[in-house]
Amino acid sequence: MAQATLTTAPPHRSLLADLSHNRAFLGILFMVPAACILLFFLTYPLGLGVWLGFTDARLNRPGFFIGFENYVSLSGDPIFWLSVFNTLLYTTVASILKFALGLWLALILNENLPFKSFFRAVVLLPWVVPTVLSALAFWWIFDSQFSIISWVLMKAGLISSPINFLGDTTNARASVIAANVWRGIPFVAITLLAGLQTISPSLQEAATLDGATPWQRFRHITLPLLTPIIAVVMTFSVLFTFTDFQLIWVLTRGGPLNATHLMATLSFQRFSSGQLGEGAAIAVAMVPFLLAAILFSYFGLQRRKWQQGGDD
Amino acid sequence: MTFSRRDLLATGLAAGTLPLVGSSPAFAQAAPTFTPEKGASLRVLRWAPFVKGDEDSFIANSKKFTEATGVDVRIDKESWEDIRPKAATAATAGSGPDIMMVWFDDPFQYPDKLLDVTDLATYLGGKYGGWYPGLEGYGKRGNQFIALPLAAIANAICYRQSMVEAAGFKEFPRDTKAFLELAKALKAKSKPMGFPHGKAVGDGNNYAHWIVWSHGGKMVDDSGKVVINSPETIAALKYARELYQQFIPGTESWLDINNNRAFLAGDISVTANGVSLYYSAKNDPKMADLAKDIKTVQLPIGPVGKGVELHQTTELVAFKHTKFPNAVKAYLQFMYEKPQMESWITASSAYCCPALKSYIDNPVWTSDPNHAAYKTASETLRPNGYSGPLGPGSAAAMADYIMVDMVAEAATGQRSPEDAVKRAEQRATRAYRNT
Repeated sequence: MAQATLTTAPPHRSLLADLSHNRAFLGILFMVPAACILLFFLTYPLGLGVWLGFTDARLNRPGFFIGFENYVSLSGDPIFWLSVFNTLLYTTVASILKFALGLWLALILNENLPFKSFFRAVVLLPWVVPTVLSALAFWWIFDSQFSIISWVLMKAGLISSPINFLGDTTNARASVIAANVWRGIPFVAITLLAGLQTISPSLQEAATLDGATPWQRFRHITLPLLTPIIAVVMTFSVLFTFTDFQLIWVLTRGGPLNATHLMATLSFQRFSSGQLGEGAAIAVAMVPFLLAAILFSYFGLQRRKWQQGGDD
Repeated sequence: MTFSRRDLLATGLAAGTLPLVGSSPAFAQAAPTFTPEKGASLRVLRWAPFVKGDEDSFIANSKKFTEATGVDVRIDKESWEDIRPKAATAATAGSGPDIMMVWFDDPFQYPDKLLDVTDLATYLGGKYGGWYPGLEGYGKRGNQFIALPLAAIANAICYRQSMVEAAGFKEFPRDTKAFLELAKALKAKSKPMGFPHGKAVGDGNNYAHWIVWSHGGKMVDDSGKVVINSPETIAALKYARELYQQFIPGTESWLDINNNRAFLAGDISVTANGVSLYYSAKNDPKMADLAKDIKTVQLPIGPVGKGVELHQTTELVAFKHTKFPNAVKAYLQFMYEKPQMESWITASSAYCCPALKSYIDNPVWTSDPNHAAYKTASETLRPNGYSGPLGPGSAAAMADYIMVDMVAEAATGQRSPEDAVKRAEQRATRAYRNT
């Protein structure tokens, strides 16, 4: 810079050369590919989906703008409301269970166990197996005639006939939640475990010296320091659960009597029958719920300033 | 290379497979001649076969066509569930295969994208004894054929003779009243029945439609107005409730495969299925005893006094976007002519019931006593959304499982028949709005 002020500026310095030294321009230039990808693969399909929800598009018909008609019509559709209820129930119960069991598992894995690495690897298995495969396994486990659970209980003389896992509406809801929890625990557990390992042991030691009980240490040291990770993990966990599709589609297709139809499966069902506008409207109707979950996590759980872009 | 009906006839005769069709007066009257375009080649997309013989014969017939005409035919297959979206995409995008094998009312989702095959269909109908009305409904829109009905994938009762006899029935009951008695006796003295009440696309829809139709109920009237809320439907649902109480527990969760499993495991004595269930047992040496005990029969007749069933149906459609419409028609004509169609029906081992009446006299129906029950499928078949028009409404109603849900809700006692039918009426009205 000092040199530049001493010598005269080159007479024919091109615009390109100027720009190539301009940080702001370069910054934008390097972001363009990513922005294009996001625009093309994320914003455009999302925008198109939202637009579809405002049209009466069907197969072989482009659809005309009809305003909120799809939403008005859906508000009178009992299956839609049932799917909203199912989705909220499924997400709430499964997320709470995943959090509680995941945290518990993380705390256990954080202790000095023999074969620690082995256990940590094993815990990840349900998460690694493709969802459709684990769903198929659960399909057999919950089969109304050939369930292994029923078989074992019957052999043990505890029940006389197979449990109607997926046929009874309450059982079916509990069964799909159980399958989702089984699949989701590793994600929560391993991420929280990573969080636990960032907590300095010296804090725990100091508290122990001060005579804190294990519960007090957990409540006043571990939990507060873990909150940022919990916020992130649970946001993702809630989003994954809310938008679940594969598990339900393999196990019940939304049955019995639509008791396990989630908004995602109902949307797909409407799409597959050619009702594109209505299918899109159901998908769009999921967005407010997802936004609410994100905002809750952002404002409710991530209370530290640095998490919201400020200095701590 | 050009191709004409004369060439085709010559090929057929040379191969020694074509009977003396020339003697048929209808043939002499109106045999259309389709000369394939120069350099034509065709792409056919079909569903993955359930019976191996079906595919082998279909490919062999296509090969014969290529040999006779020089028109190359490429046959691709997709799993049956993927056919619907693929066909819709091909129609909407205006590219892809020239010919597709589709399901149910698919052609009515995009009728204006399909090649008019009225000339061919009229000729084939005239020559081969006419189309079965139920199947014709899946191909004909007004006076125009937008698809060629191919076959009904027949559905029938499969039962274990020893178990039915153990329940005190020498013969399988032919009407719904006696069928209920059988259900009660089977539950008390032998193994129970089981029909799917879950979201089983094929078996669940067949069963639910049979329950309602056999009692005189129907979703919509001729104009497409929803008329499901009728005393007939309520009677049907009351019957379904009684029948369900005799079933094996858990049928609410059954998808298409569950009744096969339970039947082959010996847990149930009666269900309804395609002939594939029988063949699963017959082709497995370990199940030889079971296979001998399996018998098939049509679903019982209800108060309407005749057999009425949905069955699964398949049609061949040709897209307007094809570059070779004449080759398409020549190919379709070839596949529907007697030597080819007869061998295809035979090779399909009673899985496919023909759409043209004269093909029903095929040795396949007598080659195994268990085939006979599947022979009447095309005759007893009623189109989806009976008796209304086919289109987006009928497709939406089926895709939303309105009939299946209604029957399941009432059968399981989750709702009273009156409430279940009201709910179905409300849902159907939505499905049929603006159609």
